[in-house]
Amino acid sequence: MAFLNEVAKKKEGLVNGHRLCPGCTHSIIVRQIMAAAETEKYDIVAASATGCFEVSTGLYPYTSWNIPWIHNAFENVASTISGVEAMYKALKKKGKIDKDIRFIAIASDGGTYDIGLQALSGAIERGHRFLYICNDNNAYQNTGNQRSGATPFAANTTTSPNGSVIHGKTQSQKDIMSILEGHHMKYLAQASPSNWRDLMNKVKTALDVDGPTYINIIEPCTTGWGFPPDQAINMAQLAVDTCVWPIYEVVEGKVKINYKPKTKLPVEEYLKPQKRFAHIFKKGNEGLLEEFQAQIDRRWNWLLKREESGIGY
Amino acid sequence: MADKLLNWNEVLIGATIKDPGNSKNYETGSWRVEKPIWNPDTCINCMFCWVYCPDSAIKVDEKGNMAGIDYDHCKGCGICVEQCPSKPKSLAMILEANAKNKTEEDLRKELFSK
Ligand SMILES: Cc1ncc(C[n+]2csc(CCOP(=O)(O)OP(=O)(O)O)c2C)c(N)n1
Ligand code: SF4
Ligand code: SF4
Ligand code: SF4
Ligand SMILES: [Mg+2]
Repeated sequence: MAFLNEVAKKKEGLVNGHRLCPGCTHSIIVRQIMAAAETEKYDIVAASATGCFEVSTGLYPYTSWNIPWIHNAFENVASTISGVEAMYKALKKKGKIDKDIRFIAIASDGGTYDIGLQALSGAIERGHRFLYICNDNNAYQNTGNQRSGATPFAANTTTSPNGSVIHGKTQSQKDIMSILEGHHMKYLAQASPSNWRDLMNKVKTALDVDGPTYINIIEPCTTGWGFPPDQAINMAQLAVDTCVWPIYEVVEGKVKINYKPKTKLPVEEYLKPQKRFAHIFKKGNEGLLEEFQAQIDRRWNWLLKREESGIGY
Repeated sequence: MADKLLNWNEVLIGATIKDPGNSKNYETGSWRVEKPIWNPDTCINCMFCWVYCPDSAIKVDEKGNMAGIDYDHCKGCGICVEQCPSKPKSLAMILEANAKNKTEEDLRKELFSK
């Protein structure tokens, strides 16, 4: 029996009736995560930071969660899960609980790259055993598409608008993977819901690591990015095929690129279908496209070199 | 429980919700503008529609195969149609307005018998 038919029979950890936009990839990703978790071996407890996914799946008095789930605030999901994990360890030590439980924290880019970074850094440094998932939709989407540290260069948002002088965000996307790598954690990875098998493998691997792990996942947002809802997975695939979103892992400091496009597509294939980049294709803005491509190439070539070197720590 | 609003003295500490997955009682199918129709005759049961559906609206039978669409929750995003790999596609979208008063059978004939 094929793998997907097998997992499709499992009880879903996240159910429907949530209020995410039609075609939102937040729930696609979390469904894939829950399908990957080996729930016959262990239970999952999850926490979410404030954001589209949290408000839509926990709209009181409703919950879309079939597993224990906690929401506290925007900036502190890593601290929240730390507390839950510490309590679990204490109860286990006292013999009051004997289940094997694994912990997952879920946030978007605002709650990870920006306001939640301090909490995340602290939780990793303390060495709690949890998997942190960042569903990166490149902006503060729940409040209506404000720029974040994850917003890419030249993207139009409400706080980095395209005007007559300045054309979208002037800064580049923060390299969160390198920042977190500096904590010398055992496992971190980047993934995409278009490549579900790779994503599921990464989740399974991460959940078996005794310590903090991190997976950065591209989360195309139909509403904020401006593409038709049915294109959401295609958008994730284009991000991967243009190397805008390389899918790779860093295991004990060693880079492994999990997918190398046979032909690396030019970035415009990814940018063109999205309204937030429409101004890039206007006459006179050719420089923006060149700069975008140059940034992506630099990062991709650096990753290739790192992989080739085989250096870890 | 989720269907009736709680009194202040019934709300649990920390706004705990005791009923896991009760959002199922909230039907998002009414949001739909377009509706996906499934053609079992060409379906290869790859379950790509299932793995990519944001609203867990692909029904699954006991063998783990595709078993239709949960129209109470499907929001009509069209991702399943876009990602269906069978040739020809085993899913197609139709405007809700054009699907009114037609049976599943009629719709299948209309969309798939070309
Ligand atoms: C301390 C605090 N500041 C601001 C807000 C308002 N707020 C709620 S959600 C949100 C944006 C969330 O952005 P992100 O973390 O990227 O999640 P997304 O909605 O994009 O999935 C903001 C600013 C808040 N809830 N708490
Ligand atoms: S605004 Fe974007 S991220 Fe938020 S629910 Fe809608 S599609 Fe999803
Ligand atoms: S994606 Fe298409 S072929 Fe695959 S299970 Fe769904 S309907 Fe059938
Ligand atoms: S149209 Fe969207 S919500 Fe409906 S079944 Fe297809 S993927 Fe799921
Ligand atoms: Mg965001």
